[in-house]
Amino acid sequence: MRITLQDFTKRFDGASVIDRLNLTIADGEMLALLGPSGCGKTTTLLSISGIHRIDGGAILFDEHDVAALPAQKRNVGVVFQNYALYPHMTAFENIAFPLQVRGVGSAETTRRVKDIARLTHIEPYLTRRPGQLSGGQQQRVALARALVRQPDVLLLDEPLANLDTKLRLEMRSEIRRIQRETGITAILVTHDQVEAMSMCDRIAIMDKGAILQTAAPAEMYRAPASRFVAGFLGSPPIVFVDGVAGGDGTLACDGGLTLPLPSRLKGLAAGRKISLGVRPEHFGTSGDARLSGTIGLVEPQGRETLFDVRLRGDVVLRSVQPARDDLRGGETVSWPLDVENLLAFDAATGAAL
Amino acid sequence: MRSRNFSSWPVVLILVAISLPILVMYAWLVIDSFTDTPPGALLPDEVTLSHWRFLIDPSVTGNVWASTLYTLIFVASVAAVVVSLSATAGYALSRLNLPCRRFFLAGIMVMHAFPAVTLIIGAFLVLQFAGLYNSLAGVIAIKAGMILPLGVWIMKGFYDTVPWEIEMAGVQDGASRFTVWRRLVLPQVWPGIIALSILSGIETWGEYVLPRVLAPTTDFPVLSVFLNEVKVPDSVNYNFNLFKSVGLFYTLPILVLFVFFQNRLMTIFGAGTKG
Repeated sequence: MRITLQDFTKRFDGASVIDRLNLTIADGEMLALLGPSGCGKTTTLLSISGIHRIDGGAILFDEHDVAALPAQKRNVGVVFQNYALYPHMTAFENIAFPLQVRGVGSAETTRRVKDIARLTHIEPYLTRRPGQLSGGQQQRVALARALVRQPDVLLLDEPLANLDTKLRLEMRSEIRRIQRETGITAILVTHDQVEAMSMCDRIAIMDKGAILQTAAPAEMYRAPASRFVAGFLGSPPIVFVDGVAGGDGTLACDGGLTLPLPSRLKGLAAGRKISLGVRPEHFGTSGDARLSGTIGLVEPQGRETLFDVRLRGDVVLRSVQPARDDLRGGETVSWPLDVENLLAFDAATGAAL
Repeated sequence: MRSRNFSSWPVVLILVAISLPILVMYAWLVIDSFTDTPPGALLPDEVTLSHWRFLIDPSVTGNVWASTLYTLIFVASVAAVVVSLSATAGYALSRLNLPCRRFFLAGIMVMHAFPAVTLIIGAFLVLQFAGLYNSLAGVIAIKAGMILPLGVWIMKGFYDTVPWEIEMAGVQDGASRFTVWRRLVLPQVWPGIIALSILSGIETWGEYVLPRVLAPTTDFPVLSVFLNEVKVPDSVNYNFNLFKSVGLFYTLPILVLFVFFQNRLMTIFGAGTKG
């Protein structure tokens, strides 16, 4: 089912939280709403589900505007951050509840619960109560309960936030597998860029109630529309270096440091203030220009090693490289900079150049 | 067994020392009802069951079983009213966007702070006006009304601990708000319902002033009133041992109830005090 938000507006106590937001999610697509806390992503989710009433615009499921329908009449499955399983019911009863409420017969209910339990790999645990299940199993039960009545759309509100790192990895691929197998349209709300990038077909990045960019994960990482988007995606994060364009393809930074600009920006007018974004993988491995500096912090991370390098003018760049332990803090290095892949933004508006 | 990081016997010793007078009183209550000890004497003499004859012989001091039934009806009705109203009002106060919600909450606190006796004249006037004076229904209404503020407050506290997401999930699963309340939320506050039933039951079982004042001439007095009127027919002597037997009979159900349900009752102080 295709979901379309048209000029969706939501106010709380008169204060506009989301103002005329437009978004389309294609049938069978999994979209991430990514943004910092308080950006309005959960509000958007709960509005689609019908728990929040909207103050303007339309929510279309295919062609039907469901904005006026109560939550009970929208066929939406939701997985909440804390799973919201009914603690007094067994896993089976939890999953069967949406069917019972709809008056589905008990033989049919049992069959459908069994089917969905097989899909979500929770068959052995159906007789247990939520308190007797591990976090990952509870997550699967919540997912099964949301899916059992074959909803038009599946909404996931920070579904992995309460899991430990290992389980999070496992559930990430599990949720994606189940979404693919059922072919359901899904919206994932998260503040974790890794989750959004690894699980979803497209990412809509939100800030202060507005969508800044909607794109496929790789595309968004490679060509962010703004400084905010670039700063939000990537771990370890991008480093911004502010400076003034010299008119000859260089950037003059505070403290006398001069950095080369990518060739696509050669024509930039002299004196324009820009913000150059250097991702850690763009410094220290390959490229034409060389920058020398002093190593600050060295963070071994197993497969990779992360360096903080202090250049002239107290500019600190990060570099991520395949694991190496030949360097210590305080040593001077001269490393290549991958100039052509650097990102540049207007210093005032934050728009990509 | 959980290991302790301090020895518990001094605490137990102090508690025993403090409770000793009460324990002695209970012990003598039991002993005196089974013996012929004259009032004032310390040591019991012969063992007898004669003071318990009132259980089978109404001529001793009146029909105790009728009074017991009457008391049970009184207790059960009050508990039913208190629990059903508290369970719904507590939910409304905890969850719904009511007009004047804060004012209502403050009102409940003030009502709870009022000693019941100060309201008794007002209660009398209301019952008189409603035509319920001198009836069991009237006493039930007043007693339930006096417990309600506490009951509503306790239930609101229990509802406050139920996560919102459970209700959201229920609504999303297609259930109406009422179904959500009955099938998903109510089971979560079940300990509160049980504790409140017991609490209001014990409160009502011990109530003396309200039935005495508001239903003074009904045919079957509740046990507390019955106890006050224990006397030996055709005798000017006051039979203390008979009085103690009836008193023990009156106290026994509460003691049993408390022994069985003390853990449940304590949940009120755990979960219910959360504002």
